[in-house]
Amino acid sequence: MDIESIYTELIAEESRSTEHRRHLEAPTAALKGRNPSCGDEITLELSVRDGIVEDAAFTGVGCAISQASTSLMIGLVKGQTTGKAKKLAETFLAMLKSEIPAGDPALDELGDAAALQGVARLPARVKCAALSWHTLAEALEKEV
Amino acid sequence: MAENENFRNDFPLLRQEMNGRSIVYLDNGATTQKPESMIRAMCGYYGGCNANPHRGAYALSVEATGIYETARERVRRFIGAKEAREIIFTKNATEALNLVAYSYGLTNIGPGDEIVLTVAEHHSNLVPWQRVAKARGATLNYIYLEPDGNLSEADIAAKITNKTKLVAVAHVSNVLGLVNPVRRIADRAHEAGAVVVVDGSQSVPHLAADVEALGADFFAFSGHKLLAPMGIGVLYGRAALLEAMPPFLSGGDMIEYVEEQESTYAGLPAKFEAGTQNVGGAAGLTAAIDYLEALTFAKIQKIEGDLLAYALPRLRALPWISLYGCDSGRDNKTGIITFNVKGVHPHDVATILDSEGVAIRAGHHCAQPLMKYLGQAATCRASFYFYNTRTDVDRWLDALEKVREVMRVGH
Repeated sequence: MDIESIYTELIAEESRSTEHRRHLEAPTAALKGRNPSCGDEITLELSVRDGIVEDAAFTGVGCAISQASTSLMIGLVKGQTTGKAKKLAETFLAMLKSEIPAGDPALDELGDAAALQGVARLPARVKCAALSWHTLAEALEKEV
Repeated sequence: MAENENFRNDFPLLRQEMNGRSIVYLDNGATTQKPESMIRAMCGYYGGCNANPHRGAYALSVEATGIYETARERVRRFIGAKEAREIIFTKNATEALNLVAYSYGLTNIGPGDEIVLTVAEHHSNLVPWQRVAKARGATLNYIYLEPDGNLSEADIAAKITNKTKLVAVAHVSNVLGLVNPVRRIADRAHEAGAVVVVDGSQSVPHLAADVEALGADFFAFSGHKLLAPMGIGVLYGRAALLEAMPPFLSGGDMIEYVEEQESTYAGLPAKFEAGTQNVGGAAGLTAAIDYLEALTFAKIQKIEGDLLAYALPRLRALPWISLYGCDSGRDNKTGIITFNVKGVHPHDVATILDSEGVAIRAGHHCAQPLMKYLGQAATCRASFYFYNTRTDVDRWLDALEKVREVMRVGH
């Protein structure tokens, strides 16, 4: 296994990024995502107005994969319509299930988050990468 | 350590590779690997004499019964019990502890009674007691730790009172790896009129455990942590206690007479062994105990002690490693090293170690109250057995450097 292709510099740096790690002043949705078996725990806050994810942020603890995945996700969905954000979550989760081949243009939509594609080869860690995206999908369901 | 290098030849799995590297298996606290002799005993049973024991009058069934009851006698001697009927076979330590909780606990513990546990218990010796306490209106009281990870002497003295009906304690903590003063706790509990339930899962594979010397009223362990297959476990209970307890699981084999409205139950140990039992597992357990006794616990402790003495000073010299339970002044440390790499989450550590062929455990180790008490969401755990070598320790420590490189910590 080429571990460096999974823990890329981008993932390592992003896992420590504080850019999106904060509380929103007036979130319209706040949802907790947990992986009890490994202790990953994030709280995702969204500020949705007129069908647009105007702002998003998170707090929590977890492994580098869960933290990087959350941070990249927020960077990606901020400013998007809720419909687009849902679609992105579907694409990301499909990528983790190896349902999208490498090089597929659908992955371009994910931007830097596509760097987590290698996690699909680590069955024990897929849930770490998926946590925040499931939480996002759930939060958006409640928004509608 | 040329000597214990040879043990590896007895273990087919250790001759394989993991992620392109020879396996460094340091998760023995979770389960041990299996020697060829044990695997042969299992195959021998299923290939040569499989039949339902205690039933048929034909030769195969008689032979299966013999294998099963031989295992019981072997276990009795192994843990120093007085009578074979005090040995109940279960699926694992968890089932054994649940048997005590549901049968003894629900019957003998009532409103206002107290159950004393240690904060370092595995969930298997904790959650069943929570359920008993909730069902019966009893209170759970915890013995906490000294700064070095040993059980607080003050708590042992103060928490066990005349309201205490039961004390549940691990012989060795599966996270801290420290041998607990079970005898002292048992004496204190018996003075107070309480019974003592000992979880021996992490002790029996590594040291000579004697239920009489420990003062244990109940003692549970899993076969798979001591070279035997998964699916066979043991509950020891004092005969007088077991005799007075109602059955746990009921059905075939545990009865005398069954009428439409009433049944009478078999005597010990059958009363607690409902349904067809794991005879193949029992055959494997006998072979595993044979292997360990031929090796001797003196030798096992010498090897594990050497690995600890080799690894700990090197780990302590690394400022980026945190250690838990590794500074006991009591000479009671077993081969479990719980640690963290500062700035890296345990699951990332374990994944990167895996890519180097090194298997360790990361997470809460089924001891969430202890993790909370230590202020850690999770930790890494390396746990030795006698087939580990100094080379394994070298590979593990080299892989820890690799963790820091991959995660770009301190580089």
